[in-house]
Amino acid sequence: MTTTLALVGYYEAWYIQILKAVVIFAVGLQLVPVVLMAERKIMGRMQGRYGPNRVGPYGALQPLADILKLLTKEQFRPTTSVGFLFALAPMISILTAVAAFAIIPFGNVQHIGGERVGLYGVDVSIGPLYLFAFGAIAFYGIMLGGWSSGSKYSFLGAMRGAAQLISYEVSQGLALVGVIMTAQTLSLTGIVTAQKGMWYIVPQLGGFLIFLTASFAETNRAPFDLTEADAELVGGYNTEYGGGRFASYYFAEYLNVLVVSGIVTTVFLGGWLMPFGIHPPGWVDPIVVLFKMSLITFFFIWVRATLPRLRYDQLMSFGWKVLLPLATLNTLITAILVVVTH
Amino acid sequence: MSETPAATLNVTAWSPGDDVIEVQRPPAPGAGHGAWRTFVETARGLKTTFGRITEGVNTISYPEEKVPVYPRFRGRHKLHRFEDTGLEKCVGCSLCAAACPADCIRVVAAENTPENRVSAGERYAAVYEINLSRCIFCGYCEVACPFDAITMGHDYELSDYDRMDLIFTKEMLLAEPLERTPLRNEGE
Repeated sequence: MTTTLALVGYYEAWYIQILKAVVIFAVGLQLVPVVLMAERKIMGRMQGRYGPNRVGPYGALQPLADILKLLTKEQFRPTTSVGFLFALAPMISILTAVAAFAIIPFGNVQHIGGERVGLYGVDVSIGPLYLFAFGAIAFYGIMLGGWSSGSKYSFLGAMRGAAQLISYEVSQGLALVGVIMTAQTLSLTGIVTAQKGMWYIVPQLGGFLIFLTASFAETNRAPFDLTEADAELVGGYNTEYGGGRFASYYFAEYLNVLVVSGIVTTVFLGGWLMPFGIHPPGWVDPIVVLFKMSLITFFFIWVRATLPRLRYDQLMSFGWKVLLPLATLNTLITAILVVVTH
Repeated sequence: MSETPAATLNVTAWSPGDDVIEVQRPPAPGAGHGAWRTFVETARGLKTTFGRITEGVNTISYPEEKVPVYPRFRGRHKLHRFEDTGLEKCVGCSLCAAACPADCIRVVAAENTPENRVSAGERYAAVYEINLSRCIFCGYCEVACPFDAITMGHDYELSDYDRMDLIFTKEMLLAEPLERTPLRNEGE
């Protein structure tokens, strides 16, 4: 029985797929310490201080030192915790973040050494659905981590996280629907190629803003970082975590920022396409994508340095009373326009 | 400031004069104001933080850079000698020890003899110890001293690994201190 569960746009020989996966994740995971460092440096500058500047030149080796410190620490577990889930939760978090990274297209199909290689992990024909599926599983990482810790702070953080993720995932999904309707495809490479004439940030500006705002909530970043509201919840769902497990949560958080930047780049900023009809050779594509991703990541950092954390009721009313109606409206208007223009 | 209600009530209204503070009003409710806050005020905030990037840092990287101390800064004590004769100014009167609220000064006096003349007075301090782990740097010893034999210096980098090392003896206090701290000039 060969039921196709999901069509895959284009796939290569198995050895190329493995090679591709290694390359993408080698590059992708190297970006996390860079983002970490960039965040601390940029936020430092915005707050009139240097940021880390002791380890290595300009403090560039600080993330390495942090990771080494965390990984050499004892794997601590509170007696009230549920051992199995306590260990599993950070793994879920990091797994989903890495899995979501697989669908970000860094370029179109290229001819490398006589083989056709797509510069992406996998081009699934259900791109956004795949993303939201893993986004939904990612929230188990937070939820289980907070709950299995056996600590009230972790539990409160996890509960907030659950409510927040559920509320904002709806708006995030609806914001993408407009793009999907316009592009008439669910494949992320398809969405990029559909932006040949005009990037979707122009016709879908509303969707872009809604998606970006909801993404802040989805990645638990300021101003929606209620999950780990330091001032009131100690550290939120990861209060009881330390060492390598905490490092995984931390890693997953920053990888999620990268994933969201990648998705925004792909869906709204034209992916690997350059503006003004410039068609560079294929090897430039990943650089273009990484540049656009870094812009979005910078925006994330910038907003974190600017906006104060929302109160919980503000978060909920903003999600349900502002973002969701706006996203629905955006979808509705796009649907009408698509029908009228076709 | 409207003065009409006060005038009608025939009460002299208190005039705040020039000392009026503009109160930042809380945002008014409503969709228009909400949109204003969401977009315009957020954009204003983003502009502010972005502008900070080019403004430079206010950090003083402490071990490399130091804030200069003022001339009257009260740091580690110094004992003094007469410049011409080289004799110690301290005569072992223990007034500093009496004035010390933290009780951190220990003075044991001894008689000067013609063979062994240490100070200019009758007696000298055979033992002069300041326990700097107890000292509160109030400067009372300096005030109490009738001969200006003890003054507060400028050195504040006094941490050590052993408490015993923080008991400064007479020799250490008499020695020319390491000038580790920059001094702020007059009017600076």
